[in-house]
This record gives sequence, structure tokens and C-alpha cells, in this order.
Amino acid sequence: MTWKQMFTSSIGQKLTMALTGLFLITFLIVHVGLNACIWANDGGQMFNTGANFMSSMLVIRIMEIGLFAGIIIHVIQGLLLFFENKSKRKIGYAIEYGERGSKWYSRSMGLLGTLLLLFLIMHIYHFWVPSRLGGMWNIKPLEEVDYTNGLGKQYHNLYAEMINVFQNPIVVILYVLGCISLAYHLMHGFESAFRTIGVHNNRYLKMLRYVGRGYSIIISIAFAMMPISIYLGWIR
Amino acid sequence: MEHYNMNLTLKIWRQKDAKAKGGFETYQVKNISSEMSFLEMIDVLNEDLITEGKDPIAFDHDCREGICGSCSMYINGKPHGPWKATTVCQLHMRAFKDGETVVVEPWRANAFPVIKDLCVDRSAFDRIVQAGGYISVNTGNAVDGNAIPVDKDKADKSFAAAACIACGACVAACKNSSAMLFVSAKVSHLALLPQGEPERKTRAINMVAQMDKEGFGSCTNIGACEATCPKEIRLTNIARLNAEYLSAALTIDKEN
Ligand code: HEM
Ligand code: SF4
Ligand code: FES
Repeated sequence: MTWKQMFTSSIGQKLTMALTGLFLITFLIVHVGLNACIWANDGGQMFNTGANFMSSMLVIRIMEIGLFAGIIIHVIQGLLLFFENKSKRKIGYAIEYGERGSKWYSRSMGLLGTLLLLFLIMHIYHFWVPSRLGGMWNIKPLEEVDYTNGLGKQYHNLYAEMINVFQNPIVVILYVLGCISLAYHLMHGFESAFRTIGVHNNRYLKMLRYVGRGYSIIISIAFAMMPISIYLGWIR
Repeated sequence: MEHYNMNLTLKIWRQKDAKAKGGFETYQVKNISSEMSFLEMIDVLNEDLITEGKDPIAFDHDCREGICGSCSMYINGKPHGPWKATTVCQLHMRAFKDGETVVVEPWRANAFPVIKDLCVDRSAFDRIVQAGGYISVNTGNAVDGNAIPVDKDKADKSFAAAACIACGACVAACKNSSAMLFVSAKVSHLALLPQGEPERKTRAINMVAQMDKEGFGSCTNIGACEATCPKEIRLTNIARLNAEYLSAALTIDKEN
């Protein structure tokens, strides 16, 4: 058994999906937690300080590379598996097997993932690009703010950028749709990832099913409420 | 339950041989008893076809009591027809109403090519079992059944997995044409018993490698197979196979 044989086998490829998926799930907890600071309603000070603290840590900058790698590997492996699996039945049925035993979102992971990919491209363009690449080429950098009583320490005003981006109702709707795709992708993906890594104890599977559903719903609602709160002027 | 007779319209996949294109033919069957099995109903139709000098419909069957796994018909969108936990040979005509139209197709998967009409080539399953779905034992007298202690819970789970009759309905139902439910039943059956221990790692690795080579898809844990399996093989077996395979692949000390 070589590593190549392992990771190119059907189960090995699913392991890649599960590990990258679980990594993304972990990242989202940090992401939602930090972003929730916008609800402090302090003009963004808590959120901006938090975000700047994160981006000033070396560990986080290394993790950021890991995050991009994780997403790219997850997307490529996911789409490869999707097309590979589709090709295994060249002649189909006259009457489809349909929904027996499975949920529509479980059968639509490729579609939901693709919607997420489109969302992510927009999302990265909105925030990551101006924050990290602002000033390079012709990209407009973010505004800076000073929370240090004139000591001159400058913080990227990501918060102002959020307020700015979420004034557009179409953008808000696209973000909410992105969150709905995320919810359904994870309603299946969370539990599935644990099955893929081999959890087969029924007590744990039952627990993971509830935790997975809870996670998917709570995290998606929390994210969706951010653009909504800003658009409706609940926070400014 | 009340007996009744029925007339049905059948749309059955006919295909001369593996190379032919194939298509649906429509047949009318009359006075079918609700007490017949689905295969007996096809027998009646075939008798008619033979009398008319036509080629009878080819279909697989052997035991006709739900244990051999050879019968394989995809009826109205479901492998083995509408009943739960039932093979087609055990499906009775009382599952249908007078005047109904019934569509019968062969299993569909690249790994199960049609040989003729409703017969598909399922030798891929045999090759997967040959790759490791066995235990090596000395020949000679049978060992006393209770010589090796087995935990009751494991014995039950192993027995439930061993109920798989290798019919292939799980593949036929799966959107990925995955054979994972079948392979997981075969691997679980042996991995749970002390007799399966010596070849545990190579079994999981070799059976999965053969499964991939035969052209089955991978498992996305959706559960379509479990809902159609005539022997109610549980989806948890697939998670167990993942565990067996991954721990074997990560720990086996063999370079190739
Ligand atoms: C960005 C675009 C994305 C695409 C194209 C995508 C695609 C896919 C696909 C096709 C699958 C099914 C793979 C399979 O079951 O074999 C999948 C599974 C999964 N995805 Fe995604 N996904 C994306 C984003 C995400 C994100 C952002 C997360 C987490 C926050 C995530 C978490 C998961 C998990 C946990 C699984 C389950 C893995 C398994 O079944 O073992 N995905 N993804
Ligand atoms: S797992 Fe069930 S459906 Fe699949 S081959 Fe075995 S008995 Fe048939
Ligand atoms: S003919 Fe043997 S299981 Fe149906």
C-alpha cells in the first residue's frame, strides 16, 4: 500500500473530502465568532481590533494559507468525485429511483458546493482582496482607523467595508442565498464526514446527527443575520 | 387477504445481446392471480410468447425463495419492486392493482453490463469476493462451533451483515453506482469475528481495490441503498468499512 494508492482509492478520496470539510467546519466557528463582534454595536471597534489581532499573528497567517489550500483541495476533489460518480452509469433508468432513503440535499452536494464556490469568489472579492491586497496593483485599500487616542496605530476598517458592501440589497440577498446553500451542504456534510472517517458506533452517529444539524442551522443563521442586520440598520 | 385477478400492461426492457441497443416492449397480461409471485407472472407471459413463436424474456432467478440473490428487476423505479425488504421472487402480485402499468428495467451500472433483456453480468461481485471475502482455514474435520468465544453483540452484527445475498440492488439504487453497501456487508461479516482477524487488513484493502477496479462509484452516504436492500443491510456497515479500510491503509507495512 503506497500513499498514492490510498489517496486515489474511492475511500481515500472521500477521506480527503472529509478532512478538508471538517477543517472548513472548524474554521467557520472561528469566523462566525469573530464576526459576531459586530453586534457589540460599538462602531466596529471590537470587531476591527479582533480582526487586526488575528491578521497580525504569524500562526493565523500560516493557517490562512492552509485555509486556501483546504478550500481548493476540497473543491477540486469534490468536483472530480462528482463527475467520476456520474460517469458510472452511462445508460440511465426510464423511471428514476428518486428520494427513497435519501434527502434532496444529500443528493445535491455537487450543486450546493458549486453555489458555495460562486459565493466564496464573491465573498473573497468583497473583503479579503481589499484587506490583503489593497494598495497593490490598482486595488483600493481599506480605510484606516485609530483606536489608540492618537498613538498612531492604524487599524484596517473592515467594519466600514462591511457597512458599505451590505447597503446593496442584491448583495444582501446573494449572501443569504450563500448561507442557505451552506446550511444544506452541511446538513449532509457534517454527519457524512464523520461516517467517512469511520465513525460507526450508533450512539456517536446519533449524537453527530443532532450536533451536525444544530451546527448547520445555527452557523448559517448567524452568518445570514450579519448582512441583514447591517442592511436594516440594526447596527451602524 | 382477498384473492383477485388482474390485467396489467407491462413495459419491459428487451435487448438481444450485450451489443444491441435495446428498448421497451409493451405486453398485456390477463387474469393474473394476486397470489402469484412477480416471476411467476413473467413465466406466464413467457409461456404466451413461446406459444406465439417469439423469444421469451430472459431474466435471472434460481432459488425463488429470497436467498440466492440472482433475481434482479428494477420495477417501477425500485430494485426488487415496491415492497420493503423483499426480493422480486418474493414480491407478490397483490402489490399491484388491476389495470396498472408496470415498467421493468435491468440493473443499470457500467459495472453490471446487460447480457440480454433483464439479465446483467454481476461477476464483478464474484471478483470482489475472490479478492478477500473469505477466511483461510485448514481442511479436515470441522472445528467445534463453540470452540472460539464470540461476543454476542458482534455475532449478531456479523450475522446481520452476512445476510447479504449479493443481489446488487444497492448498486442499482445508488446515484453513484457504488457497491459500498455490498462490500461493507462482506467485510463487516468477517471483520467482526475472530476467524476474520488474521486477514483483516489485506481483506479490506484488496476488496476495496477490486471494487474500484470494477468501475463502481464512491459512497456519498446518502442512504438510497439501505432503503432498497432486500436483506436490510445497514448503512453503518459502510462507516465500519471506512474504518477498516483507513486503519488498514494507514498501518499496513507493505510497500506495494
Ligand atoms: C467552495 C465550494 C465547495 C464545493 C465545490 C464543495 C463540494 C463538495 C462536494 C461535491 C461534496 C461531496 C463529496 C462527497 O460526498 O464525495 C462535499 C462534501 C463535503 N463538504 Fe463541501 N464543498 C464546498 C465548500 C464547502 C465548505 C465551505 C464546507 C465547510 C464549511 C464544506 C464541507 C463539506 C463536508 C463536511 C463534506 C462531507 C465530506 C464527506 O462526505 O465525507 N464544503 N463538498
Ligand atoms: S447489500 Fe443488500 S442490496 Fe446490496 S447486494 Fe447485499 S443484499 Fe443486495
Ligand atoms: S431467485 Fe433467489 S433470491 Fe430471488
